[in-house]
Amino acid sequence: MKGLKKKIDSIKPKFEKGGKLEKLHSVFDGFYTFLFTPNETSRSGVHIHDSNDSKRTMITVVIALLPCCLFGMWNIGLQHFMAIGDPSREFFRLFFYGFFAVLPQILTAYIVGLGIEFIVAQMRGHEIQEGFLVSGILIPMICPVDTPCWMLAIAVAFAVIFAKEVFGGTGYNFLNVALVTRAFLFFSYPSKMSGDNVFVQLGGQTAVDSYSGATPLGQLASSDAGWQVTNIVGDPLSYTDIFMGFYPGSWGETSCLCICIGAAILLLTGMANWRIMLSALLGGFFMALVAHNWASPLYPVSYINPFMQLGLGGFLFAIVFMATDPVTACRTNTGKYIYGALIGIIAILIRVYNTGYPEGAMLAVLLMNCFAPLIDYCVVNANIRRRMRRVTVKNS
Amino acid sequence: MSKIIKIKKGLDIPLEGAASDRTTVDDRSVLFGITPDDFPGYTWKAAVKAGDMVAAGDALLYAKEDERLCLTSPVAGKVAEIHRGERRKIEYVSVEKGERQESRDFGKATDKNARMDALMRSGLFAMMRQRPFDIVPFVGVTPRDIFVTAFDTAPLATEMTGGEERRWLETGLKALAAFTSGKVYLSVRAGSGITSSVAEVYEFEGPHPAGNVGTQIAAIKPVNKGETVWSLDAVTASRIGRLMETGKVDYSARVALTGPDMKDPHIVETTVGASLATLLDGQLDGQKTIRLISGNVLTGVRVQTANGFLRYPYRQVTAIDEGNDADEFMGWASLDPKKYSVKRTFPAFLRGLSKPFNFDARVKGGHRAMILSGEYDKVFPMDIYPEYLIKAIMAKDIERMEQLGIYEVAPEDFALPEFVDTSKIELQKVVRDGLDYLRKETL
Repeated sequence: MKGLKKKIDSIKPKFEKGGKLEKLHSVFDGFYTFLFTPNETSRSGVHIHDSNDSKRTMITVVIALLPCCLFGMWNIGLQHFMAIGDPSREFFRLFFYGFFAVLPQILTAYIVGLGIEFIVAQMRGHEIQEGFLVSGILIPMICPVDTPCWMLAIAVAFAVIFAKEVFGGTGYNFLNVALVTRAFLFFSYPSKMSGDNVFVQLGGQTAVDSYSGATPLGQLASSDAGWQVTNIVGDPLSYTDIFMGFYPGSWGETSCLCICIGAAILLLTGMANWRIMLSALLGGFFMALVAHNWASPLYPVSYINPFMQLGLGGFLFAIVFMATDPVTACRTNTGKYIYGALIGIIAILIRVYNTGYPEGAMLAVLLMNCFAPLIDYCVVNANIRRRMRRVTVKNS
Repeated sequence: MSKIIKIKKGLDIPLEGAASDRTTVDDRSVLFGITPDDFPGYTWKAAVKAGDMVAAGDALLYAKEDERLCLTSPVAGKVAEIHRGERRKIEYVSVEKGERQESRDFGKATDKNARMDALMRSGLFAMMRQRPFDIVPFVGVTPRDIFVTAFDTAPLATEMTGGEERRWLETGLKALAAFTSGKVYLSVRAGSGITSSVAEVYEFEGPHPAGNVGTQIAAIKPVNKGETVWSLDAVTASRIGRLMETGKVDYSARVALTGPDMKDPHIVETTVGASLATLLDGQLDGQKTIRLISGNVLTGVRVQTANGFLRYPYRQVTAIDEGNDADEFMGWASLDPKKYSVKRTFPAFLRGLSKPFNFDARVKGGHRAMILSGEYDKVFPMDIYPEYLIKAIMAKDIERMEQLGIYEVAPEDFALPEFVDTSKIELQKVVRDGLDYLRKETL
C-alpha cells in the first residue's frame, strides 16, 4: 500500500491549485480519501477523535440495506419464474435474473447522482460528500423493477439538484432525496409506477393463465372481496409469505425479515434513531387498528388486520430507512416521537382512505419532512421559554 | 448534609496511559514560563524586562485594563526572555530560577478591598474564570455565586486535591464567600468525603463531564442573562486559602504525566510553569512523532517538548501519537478492533468499549455539515440544545444564541460533542469564537 500511496502522492500536485488538472481536484480528492484515510491531525479543540466519520456512517447504512437488496434481487427472479410458469427455483438462477434486471437501474442512479455531486463539489471547491452512496442504492430499491433507466436518470437528476444541491448539499436538504426521486417518478410517469403490470418483470415472455401482477395492496384497493390476498398466480398468501416477502412490489421493500435485519444493524450501530422507528410503528399500528375497527366497504384496505397492514407494502421499509434519515427528520428527541408517530398515522391514513394511492408511506414521510423543522421549532422554543422564565422569576 | 446529583449523559473516554499512584518530586526545572494566552479576556503587558530580578509572586505581566491584575512569577530568579510572536504579541515570559528562593509577601489582608487587591496582584484572580464568556473575571463585578470543582473527570485526570490542599481549601472557600452576594458551591465526587462548613457541597456521580464546572453550574443553578458567576478548581481555591492565611502564593503543582506515549505515567510534584523538557526527561520516545498536550486530550493545549512550559491549569500533561504518517488504507472499511467509536460501527465494541484504547491525533475523517442528529445530546448533560446553539453561533445570530443558552456554556462543555462528532466540526473553536463575538458586540 505504501507504493500505491507514493504513486498517488506523486500525481497529487497536478490536481492542486495551479496544476494541470486543477478542475478535477474534488474528484481526485474524493478518490484519494476513499483509498486513504486523511492523515490530517486536529488543529484546535480536542486532540483525539472518535473513529466514526461520514464515510463509515454511509457505508454502515448501505450494509444495513444489503439484506433487503439481495433478497429483492432473488425475489425478482422468483416472481419472474412464477409468472412465466417456470418451475425452476434454483437459487443462483433466480438471484442473477434479478441482479441483472436491476443492475442497469443501480448503475444509472449512481452514475447520474454521483456525477452531479462531483460536478457540484468541484464548482463549490468542496470535498465530495458521501450522502448519495445511500440514496443511490435506495432509489432503485423503492421503484418497480421495470422502471426505464431514462426515467430514473431524469428523476435522480431532478432530486439531487432541486432537493439537495440547491440547499447546499448533504446535511442541508429538507426532503429525503430518494423519496423525492420516487415522488417525481410517481407523479410524472404514473403508468410506469403503479398498477398491475410494473412490479413483475416478464421479460417479454408469456405469463401463465392465472397470472396477475397486482401487489397485495393493489389487490385490496381494487377489490371488495374481503382481505384475502394472493400471490401472482392466485395462491393465497400466508402470514409467513408476507413476512418473508414472497410477493411483488417495489423490489427492495417486500421482506419484513430483511427490513428487521437492517433495522437491527442501524439500531445497534446507532445510525438510526429508535424513537422514530418505535413511534412510527406505534402510530401506524394505532391507525391500522382504528381503520380495522371501523372498516367500511368504501375503503376495502381497511378490512385487513393491523399486523398485516404494517407488514404489507412499503410501510416498514419507509419507517426504517426513510423516516430515520437524520438530515430530514426531527433533530430533537421529543420531536422525533411526534415526527415518527405522525408518519405512521398518515401513511396508513393515506393507504386506507385515499383509494387513489395504494401506498401512503412515501407521501407521509415527505409530508413530515416538511413539518420536521416546525416540530423542532416548537420543542426548542419550549426550552427557550423555560430559560426565559428563569430570568423573569428572578426579576420579579 | 450534601446533596447528590447524578449525571447520566456523558462519556469516559478509555484512553491508555493512566498515571500510577506513584508520586515523585521534580525540582530540576531551571526555566519557568507564563503564557498570557492562558488568561483570556484581558490584554497583557510586560511588567518586567529581560534580565530583571524577580521574587516568586512578583508580577511578570499586568492587564492593560486594570494594572492591579497581574500574572506572577512562580519562582525567584532572573527574567530570561519576553518571547514575542507576530505583531509583537507576547507569547510567554520565562524566568530562570535563581539560587535563593524568595517569595513576595502580600501581607495578611484584613478587609475585603485589601483581600481583593492581594488576589489580583498575586496572579490568583487570573486563575479564576467567569461565566458568561469563559474568561478571567471582570474586575469590579460582584458574582452571583462562586462555583468550585474539587474533581476532574477528563480523560486520565487524577485526584485534584491531596491532604495538604484540603486543609487550605476551607480557608479559601471562606475568603471567596466574601466576594459574592450569593453562595459558594463546592462540587465533589460522590464518596470523596470532602466537606465544608462555608460552602454548599454537592456530590456528583457519573461520567465526564460531571467534573466540569459548567455541568455543575447547570445542575445546581444555571447562569441567566445579565448574571455573572465565577468558577475555579479546588487547587486554586486552596492557593487562595494559603495566600489569605500566610500572605504568600503557593506555586507548587501536582501534575499527572499521562497518555499512551508516556513511558512511565505517574504523578509529579513540581512548580507552575515548569519547563517540559526537564519535566519529561526520559519519558518520551525520540523516534516517534508525539503530540504533547499540556492538560487533557479534550481541552489541553498543544505544546512543544523543547521550549514548552507547563500550562494553565497546571494539573496534567498528556502524550499521544501524532499519527500523521499513518496512511491508513480504506479506513472507512476497517475492521481493526483497535479503532474506538461510541457508535459501534467498528468491531471494537465486541471487545468492550471500556478497555483502554490508544488514540492518535488524527481527525479520522473529512469535515462535513451536521448530519447525524442527537450525537451531541448524548454527551451533553445540560438543558440546552447543543446543535441549535452551535447553528446560532455559526449564523452569528446573537438573539438566538442568548435564547439558546450561550451565557451558560464554555468551550470545554463542547469537548465531548466534538470528540464524538461524525462531521468533525471544530465545536470548541466555534463556541470560543461565538463567545468572543458576543462579548465584542454586547459590551
